[in-house]
Amino acid sequence: MDEAGLASLITLLTKVGYQPIGPKVRDGAIVYEEIDSLADLPVGFADEQEGGKYRLVAGTKGSFFEYLVGPTSWKRYLFPPTHKLWSAEQKGKGFEIDKTKAEAPAYAFIGVRSCELNAMKIQDKVFGFGREDHEGAGIFSDPNYVARRSKALIIAVNCSRAGKTCFCTSMGGDPHVKEDQGFDLALTEFAPQQTHEFMVEVGSERGRLILELLPYRAVTSHDTDRAASQARKARGEMGRKMPPDIKDVLKRNLDHKRWDDVANRCLSCANCTMVCPTCFCSTVQDSTDLKGEKTERTRTWDSCFSVDFSYIHGGAIRPETKSRYRQWMTHKLSNWYEQYGSSGCVGCGRCITWCPVGIDITEEARVIKSTGK
Amino acid sequence: MTEAAKKKVVKAAPKAAKAPVAAKLARAKPKVAVWKFASCDGCQLSLLACEDELLDVVGEIEIAYFLEATTAKIDGPYDISLVEGSITTEHDLHRLRKIRQESKMLITIGACATAGGIQALKNFAKVDDYIRAVYDHPEFIKTLPTSTPIKDHVPVDFELRGCPINKAELLEAISALLNKRTPNIAHTSQCIECKKKGTVCLMVAKGVPCLGPVTHAGCGNLCPSTNRGCFGCFGPSESANGPALAKQLEKLGMTKREIRDFFRSYNAHAAAFRKTSEMYDV
Amino acid sequence: MTEASHTKKKHHCTCHSGEASPMHPRPFKVVKIWKELSDTFSMSLVPEDGQPIAFAPGQFNMLYVFGVGEVPISVSGDPTDLSKLVHTTRAVGNVSRALDALKEGMSVGVRGPFGTVWPLDVAEGKDLVFVAGGIGLAPLRPVIYQAMADRHKYRNLAILYGARTPEDILFDKELQRWKARFDIDVQVTVDRSTGDWAGRVGLVTKLVECGGFDPTNTVAYTCGPEVMMLHVVDSLHKRGVPHERIYLSMERNMKCGVGFCGHCQWGTSFVCRDGPVFRFDTIADDLKVREL
Repeated sequence: MDEAGLASLITLLTKVGYQPIGPKVRDGAIVYEEIDSLADLPVGFADEQEGGKYRLVAGTKGSFFEYLVGPTSWKRYLFPPTHKLWSAEQKGKGFEIDKTKAEAPAYAFIGVRSCELNAMKIQDKVFGFGREDHEGAGIFSDPNYVARRSKALIIAVNCSRAGKTCFCTSMGGDPHVKEDQGFDLALTEFAPQQTHEFMVEVGSERGRLILELLPYRAVTSHDTDRAASQARKARGEMGRKMPPDIKDVLKRNLDHKRWDDVANRCLSCANCTMVCPTCFCSTVQDSTDLKGEKTERTRTWDSCFSVDFSYIHGGAIRPETKSRYRQWMTHKLSNWYEQYGSSGCVGCGRCITWCPVGIDITEEARVIKSTGK
Repeated sequence: MTEAAKKKVVKAAPKAAKAPVAAKLARAKPKVAVWKFASCDGCQLSLLACEDELLDVVGEIEIAYFLEATTAKIDGPYDISLVEGSITTEHDLHRLRKIRQESKMLITIGACATAGGIQALKNFAKVDDYIRAVYDHPEFIKTLPTSTPIKDHVPVDFELRGCPINKAELLEAISALLNKRTPNIAHTSQCIECKKKGTVCLMVAKGVPCLGPVTHAGCGNLCPSTNRGCFGCFGPSESANGPALAKQLEKLGMTKREIRDFFRSYNAHAAAFRKTSEMYDV
Repeated sequence: MTEASHTKKKHHCTCHSGEASPMHPRPFKVVKIWKELSDTFSMSLVPEDGQPIAFAPGQFNMLYVFGVGEVPISVSGDPTDLSKLVHTTRAVGNVSRALDALKEGMSVGVRGPFGTVWPLDVAEGKDLVFVAGGIGLAPLRPVIYQAMADRHKYRNLAILYGARTPEDILFDKELQRWKARFDIDVQVTVDRSTGDWAGRVGLVTKLVECGGFDPTNTVAYTCGPEVMMLHVVDSLHKRGVPHERIYLSMERNMKCGVGFCGHCQWGTSFVCRDGPVFRFDTIADDLKVREL
């Protein structure tokens, strides 16, 4: 498929009722926002990432997808930062709850990376997408997430490079998507030296139907070789590494002195949890009008780094930054396995890049492993 | 709902408990007074700036004292006192104590009242030097050597941060207190506001110095969403780690003096900011 | 089912709440509200839509006061009586104070029931000991009712209860009624004696040390402040009750009740879903870690 094919894909998705969300340059970063056409995509950009540092730089001229993951993750659209759950009105001595919800938007995500597909799979487990409810066992699914997720169409993009904060391969991922990762179509961009082309892989029946409506040529062995070599290159470029046995290392080291050390550096600002594509914590807020006749409950992102997060009568369970950082890291890398059957980390590196002081979860892991029990 | 039904609901409404904050108030129109100490009046004006909502607010409360809005004065006791400004004179201290005695609930509004304000810069200098520099007849000036927040002198039931306060937060606090619920006001960092709004981190993406990671949320993401680093108007967040951020600011190229001054502005006297700026006092 | 639920031998209620979405409170009418202690009250609720909530002992509901907010409260009523839902609460925060201020005829929102249950099946044919501290008696009362309804299934039944002062003894009259039944041993102690208290003074652990049960054939349920429960477990264990036959009810910040919000995450558990009732040996390690 060439550029024109990609352009028709975006037009087609809009025409059939999807709201395309894709990469865009804004305020010095690539963010995921509503896009209308090919013209909205970042052309010729790449990025450099380090702990606490992100810079957009010039990439291969004309390329669309050379950049790596930025500050936005797709969870923003499946699990929005603030979301009304219901409203209610006073009626006599009682009240009536209005359960009508706005219809879930149908998004077409364009440019979803392999690590991000893994992150979605993880949040699917958290919110019960694709799982039967078992009320008796306390197993429910979140209707808001499920409604958005089941409508979402996913156009994945394979990474042609890896950044200094990338470590998906340590977390069982790969820069190149696999068939069962839950995409509809996956693109491999061949940088536009001569012709700007995208190799398309089909991941679902829906994806196949869409592809049939687009202009494309058959894939050759040259194309697949080229895609394989790009993936190989990206694999070799991973800038970070997570110890494979970190799950058990952390369990043994809840009293390691490194937790004090990291607490001295940690701002407790919650950026890591906000940018993490799997972090799912939220709180609800009940608001009222001044007369107290109408009320609304909204759900909003919360973080285990906030003091109120662990509040019970008498005070917070985790008043210190040290215990809050430990909670975040041990939950993500260790306790997640017991709860959801996998790590909560996909190795996207966002928490490293977007930590204002560059705290590096892989470095903390390495130190705890090499100096702990 | 009919008027009669409304009255019935009001009648059936809970009576005031002996508990702190929200539960102190009865649903009958609470008497609200707005008081001013050393300040610029900007926070009081936030109440007047609630143009669309002002009539609703006035419908639900009885304004007992509010010099910026009316010269009428109703005697105490008051259900809610909104207090703006810091304590800089002996006389103000006496006045504050009297207000506290007459108020069921006292809410401080703004950086002056919650942290001492910009005038707390004098806490870092010799007050007599300031007086001599500013006034022709320093002998007429009677002032305390420090500017201090209200909570240093009397118990405070709730704080609204900011220079000035955010009118949406003020309305939320009033609405919450009228309905006896906990105000939806987070004490977390400004970063959470940025991320929820989708503002790209200025510090990470552009190397712009920003106090957001140690600053209390609530302004509505004003500066970062318009491409300026946070100035810390809302004072320190609940677990602000000033020294750790200062180290990063050094890496971004700020001088020691710049870092000191960065932490030493509207909320200079707030503990987390004060301690950090003192580390950079050269 | 999560892996945790397998390893932790979850005991869940198999009943059905009838509520389609776990996010929406269902309006219930307050039919009766009464004072238990100076700061503690109970309320009896009936569903406005006529659909009762069937709960199992140990479970909790999220109770919502219109315009104020929501709090997790264990059910304290009789599980065999579906006609009303009873909760006992201490008025300590804005929501619980607003609950306290409700009048008969007003509405409360209910989400639930949530969480794990006191597993009575494992206690059949054994001595069953309930050790409660303060308001911790409330979450245990449903299982006491249940055990007494099926009295023949168990050998000795013992309630060991500790309160701060005689004025703080919850369900005082009921405790005395139970005591009069003779088929259940009821022991009450206070930390500090006042007035004409002629009963025991001392910690509830003292009652455990000399309670009339056969430690080698006993199942124990305990509920109260975390520190108290740890001492109770210790005393039970010293007498020979194995850890895997001791159950306790944990408190964490339960907000959504269904494992989405993350607030009650604790070690490998969500207390709202994998708890609040845990078998001690499955959480013994977590309990040792400060600020986990």
